[in-house]
Amino acid sequence: MITRRTALIGTAMATLMAVVPVLADEAANPTLNALDLPDQTANLERVQATLVAPPAVMDHDRVAPGAPKIVEFTMTIEEKTVVVDDQGTTFQAMTFNGTMPGPTMVVHEGDYVELTLVNPETNEMPHNIDFHAATGALGGAALTLINPGEQATLRFKATRTGTFVYHCAPPGMVPWHVVSGMSGTLMVLPRDGLKDERGNPVTYDTAYTIGEFDLYIPKDENGNYMTFESVGESYADTLEVMRGLIPTHVVFNGAKNSLTGDKAMTAKVGERVMFIHSTANRDTRPHLIGGHGDLVWETGKFANPPERDLETWFVRGGSAAVAIYEFLQPGIYAYVNHNLIEAAELGATGHVKVEGEWNNDLMMQVSAPAPIAVQ
Amino acid sequence: MLANGKKTLLPLFAVLSLPLVAGAALPGAAEPAGLPELVRIEESSITYRLPGEYLVGRTATNAPLEKISLTRPFEIMRRQVTAGEYGRCVEAGGCLALDAPQAADMPVVGINWHDAVAYAAWFSRETGETWRLPTDREWSLAAGSRYRDDALTDIADAQDPSRRWIALYEAETARGADVDPTPRPVGHFGSNEHGLLDMGGNVWEWTDSCYLRHRFDPVTDAESVVENCGIRIAQGSHRAYMTTFFRDPKAGACSVGIPPANLGIRLVRDEPGALQVLKTWIGL
Repeated sequence: MITRRTALIGTAMATLMAVVPVLADEAANPTLNALDLPDQTANLERVQATLVAPPAVMDHDRVAPGAPKIVEFTMTIEEKTVVVDDQGTTFQAMTFNGTMPGPTMVVHEGDYVELTLVNPETNEMPHNIDFHAATGALGGAALTLINPGEQATLRFKATRTGTFVYHCAPPGMVPWHVVSGMSGTLMVLPRDGLKDERGNPVTYDTAYTIGEFDLYIPKDENGNYMTFESVGESYADTLEVMRGLIPTHVVFNGAKNSLTGDKAMTAKVGERVMFIHSTANRDTRPHLIGGHGDLVWETGKFANPPERDLETWFVRGGSAAVAIYEFLQPGIYAYVNHNLIEAAELGATGHVKVEGEWNNDLMMQVSAPAPIAVQ
Repeated sequence: MLANGKKTLLPLFAVLSLPLVAGAALPGAAEPAGLPELVRIEESSITYRLPGEYLVGRTATNAPLEKISLTRPFEIMRRQVTAGEYGRCVEAGGCLALDAPQAADMPVVGINWHDAVAYAAWFSRETGETWRLPTDREWSLAAGSRYRDDALTDIADAQDPSRRWIALYEAETARGADVDPTPRPVGHFGSNEHGLLDMGGNVWEWTDSCYLRHRFDPVTDAESVVENCGIRIAQGSHRAYMTTFFRDPKAGACSVGIPPANLGIRLVRDEPGALQVLKTWIGL
């Protein structure tokens, strides 16, 4: 019997055959013609990474201790229904490890990333992963395409430093999987840690990861958001909205208000916070209202010197930026996409709750609102 | 329902062409069938937080609390105006259409202050009576045990304004989690001790009270008040200061603070005063 699911997978496979040779020189399995190099990883230490749900970032050393390692990761793909706003609008999401964005992975330059990707039988779609940090095989996508009920393991060497987007890229359905939630960030730190533009070491107390998503949720003839039973069922209507290029929602971490209220980010005056901001599909421009970016790697690539004292930074679709800021004043900060329509109307707003001592020298209200004084 | 009232009243309008006169024909007579049920608030005492923002010097602080009691009884709708009732005002050209269709028997939502005032004006013409929005004080007295103090923290630190901001943010976060905006049938949120339905439910009600900023100078004892009537108070499970042309209270939720879930209408009926009696007499 051909179910809707097997039909969709069949379509994806047919598209795979047709598309891959056109997209890249690498055939379905490029390792068949591999160079005859000795295995460089044979004697390396293996460590298992413990991923955490965003906005938290996995524990990591700011400076790499010792020699390069093989860092083992496991991510399970989860197709699920999520609520994306305070109206209760539902969305058929596809996720790495159940979150939007997927967990932020951290390694150091020269380490090997070894990811086991699992696509449980309960899912409907084939999936894979394209690491922008990886070299070859469409970022690993050509070696990781797995059906429901399959898993695959990919290893690649982290040869370039910076924050790099990873995303799902199944043939014929790439944009749909990406805007359905399948993206995240891999951060490759220099072995000797971050440096400012003068080469001085840079540290940070905490790191938050913000994944910005443009969502395209279909509406019915009455203007109400449609609900679907499964990702496959949502495909055709969603694609139609996507092709209009105007998102219905622009949100951080998968839903409006996922970084506000009791889920607001927190910091203390004097703490240095790293904000990793990824956007897999569409350009954005984060801005911390009332604060700055002390050091900003706008393109996210640590081989380039950071910029100082930015008000707003530009994040290209398909990249992740890094900003470090030391909070100097307590209060509630809004962290927004400074297309303020997207921030206020479409959802791209988070908050940072900062405790500490107020500094009257940096700012004070000299006179409070009062009737206009007569001259 | 109200259509019955319309049938009764229209010939009067036609003959006399003076709504006030038509209205004067009604007092004393039985209410036309289908008019919204009224509750006459005879007695009520609450501890009332004066509306508006208060500054002592440069420091934002809580408004004073006062024990207040009803001084003059008034009549108020037992339930909120429904979408069907509002729809008749739209059909008659007295109100602007809603942004989206709503079930006729549910409390109308998506109403801005101007819509609410227009509805009161149309309903007054229709019935020949004087219907209006309650003041914040009237609404609070009618709410009685359902009135909620909107002071969320006592922190008022002249040296560090951030302490109050953070305390308010945390209190609003805790408060905001409970309000589900999904429309509910009339009576879903129960009645208060006066028999009023759904006070403090998930539909906030526009009042006629303007935003006020009081300022007290502890050095000179000078006091000033600035009023901004482009912002009015919507009352519900907490007091909300809303821009008068907002129909959707969630608009612009980028800033800190939890907005009302929905905006709707409940009207007060004024008893005919001496002026109306006089006009009636002249008209006749």
